[in-house]
Amino acid sequence: MAQMNMLHAINEALSIAMKADERMVIFGEDVGHFGGVFRATSGLQEQFGRDRCFNTPLTEQGIAGFANGLASYGMTAVAEIQFADYIFPAFDQIVNESAKFRYRSGNQFDVGGLTFRTPYGGGIAGGHYHSQSPEAYFTQTPGLKVVIPRNPEQAKGLLLAAIRDPNPVIFFEPKRLYRASVGEVPAGDYQIELGKAQVVKQGRDITVLAWGAQMEIVEKACERAEKEGISCEIIDLRTLAPWDVETVAKSVTKTGRLLINHEAPLTGGFAGEIAATIQQECFLSLESPISRVCGLDTPYPLIHEKEYMPDELKTFEAIKATVAF
Amino acid sequence: MSNAPLTNETVHRVSFLDKASLHIPILRILQADGTTYENAVLPVIDKTLAEKIFDTCVFTRVLDERMLGAQRQGRISFYMTCTGEEASIVGSTAALDKDDVILAQYREHASLRYRGFSTEQFMNQMFSNEKDLGKGRQMPIHYGSRELNYQTISSPLATQIPQATGVAYGMKLQGKRNVAICYFGEGAASEGDFHAGLNMAAVLKAPVIFFCRNNGYAISTPTEEQFAGNGIASRGVGYGMHTIRVDGNDMLAVLAATQQARAHAIEHNAPVLIEAMTYRLGAHSSSDDPSGYRSKEEEAKWQQHDPVKRFKLWMINKGWTSEADEAKLFERYREEVLAAVKVAEKLPIPKLDEIIEDVLDKPTPALRKQLKELKEHINKYPKAYPKSAGRL
Repeated sequence: MAQMNMLHAINEALSIAMKADERMVIFGEDVGHFGGVFRATSGLQEQFGRDRCFNTPLTEQGIAGFANGLASYGMTAVAEIQFADYIFPAFDQIVNESAKFRYRSGNQFDVGGLTFRTPYGGGIAGGHYHSQSPEAYFTQTPGLKVVIPRNPEQAKGLLLAAIRDPNPVIFFEPKRLYRASVGEVPAGDYQIELGKAQVVKQGRDITVLAWGAQMEIVEKACERAEKEGISCEIIDLRTLAPWDVETVAKSVTKTGRLLINHEAPLTGGFAGEIAATIQQECFLSLESPISRVCGLDTPYPLIHEKEYMPDELKTFEAIKATVAF
Repeated sequence: MSNAPLTNETVHRVSFLDKASLHIPILRILQADGTTYENAVLPVIDKTLAEKIFDTCVFTRVLDERMLGAQRQGRISFYMTCTGEEASIVGSTAALDKDDVILAQYREHASLRYRGFSTEQFMNQMFSNEKDLGKGRQMPIHYGSRELNYQTISSPLATQIPQATGVAYGMKLQGKRNVAICYFGEGAASEGDFHAGLNMAAVLKAPVIFFCRNNGYAISTPTEEQFAGNGIASRGVGYGMHTIRVDGNDMLAVLAATQQARAHAIEHNAPVLIEAMTYRLGAHSSSDDPSGYRSKEEEAKWQQHDPVKRFKLWMINKGWTSEADEAKLFERYREEVLAAVKVAEKLPIPKLDEIIEDVLDKPTPALRKQLKELKEHINKYPKAYPKSAGRL
């Protein structure tokens, strides 16, 4: 085990995957010699050559279309979209093409070897266009997997699993944690199964569910709540599509309460889907309404970033209110 | 190495370029009477290849005529013909190797036929029956065949263009001596994916042939309302790729251009753009009525440039076919298509269980639950779901 930050862990995962799979190719804007604007692909061009790790022209729809074509020809395509805020020119290629390639051809063709990596989320003074969390636009599209890691160890194992998963995966990376999140990361090659949530802390009174960068926020909120005698069970959803209903439902059946936290705006956010499913699955076990602590229904603001975010204190208050309902 | 244009020749008074600055000739080999132009350099073609091309054209004519009729009778929901564009489609496909991958727009079923798609397979797709390779999931004419290296059609326009670049880049990395060919119309060339795909192919050196069927209309929109430049070909030069404009109704010109484009693409790991000037003689689709946007006179003028007729005359001149042979071929395919319709339309639709397959590699628990609930519902109201109720 070595201490490293999330970028280092991602870089290591990419390098391991490239070494193990000679058909794997990494590309995107500035990912070549420069190593990407966040340096996630540092050293990969030197290690694997310009044919396998390279810059593309500045065209997200082109990157996604190219990735679909590569993957349809049996290649392992790992495409970087420089910021999740800029994924929308590629939306048609992802939603109408990547997601439907297998289904529309009756499984004659697929782009299972395709993974999109893209940094998402706020907290870096990035304003509207370097802060968004667009995961819910993709979770409503059958045919895609959506994965979001919370720390370096998870990022490495989930990314290796995403690259090798026989389905197109969008891997959202919490850019706020790229350098801020440092932790022990196992050496070598390992995978964390997609589609499985993880109970990161057991508790009795309330289930608190989040993913990605919000995990450390809810963990801090739960520490506060514990001091007030509230026992919190914390779950990292990890994969949003397809999501692990069983683990969440089992926890809520035990605790009787659920709070969901995400950075994306409240309305139409993925918390709504989780809440609807869990009230269906756990109706008779619920002791209070399911609570959502999310971003406001505004474009992501710059100077009011702190106020916008579903932070530790808002989460703490919502935990208390839910338990006291 | 950046900004190489700074080393250009310099001038010292303002002088603009315009679309006429780029001289783009049109390649034409066959004359209307089926003779070739003097000094024309012919493609590589023998009797066997010519017969296969002609056979494909006749089949396609019959298929289009009969299936448009079947649509009018309400037997299938939708249809698109490629009438008038057979030389562009078949002539280009005939220049390829069977392992070259075809990414088509939707009007290129003649190309799929050339590769060997059977009459029965066409019908199974159009009738969405249980033998359809696409499992009844897409509208008629959205064919695909892994076996024949013909990627499944998707309705959104131009999405196949950057994909073709990706396929070709994969071929290059795998050391194949193959190309991807990407078909699209001049209307689709206005989509962002066109720019993205061509630019990436040129920059990343992908062996792909971009084949534009400039057929005059995007549904109702004529080319003068689609672009103001010198056709689509002028753009290829702008992206830095070998480019040629051909008479798209001239089978030999299309074949020659595509044969040489293929050789260039493989030799240099480079894309090539072919702009084929042609005309969509039929409607855009069975849902379209061209009388709302173009004249009968215009259509009649283009009827005189019928690409299949021109090629037939060349073959007759060579002694490789005759009017009588052609009539027999038409007759044979009319019977074959009619018989295939009768079989395909009676086959049941795919089983309901297939509705949740191939979304991902394996159905998720949530999907299996949804299917179970759907079946329970259908069992409760079987008459409302007659195609599935009897075979759950």
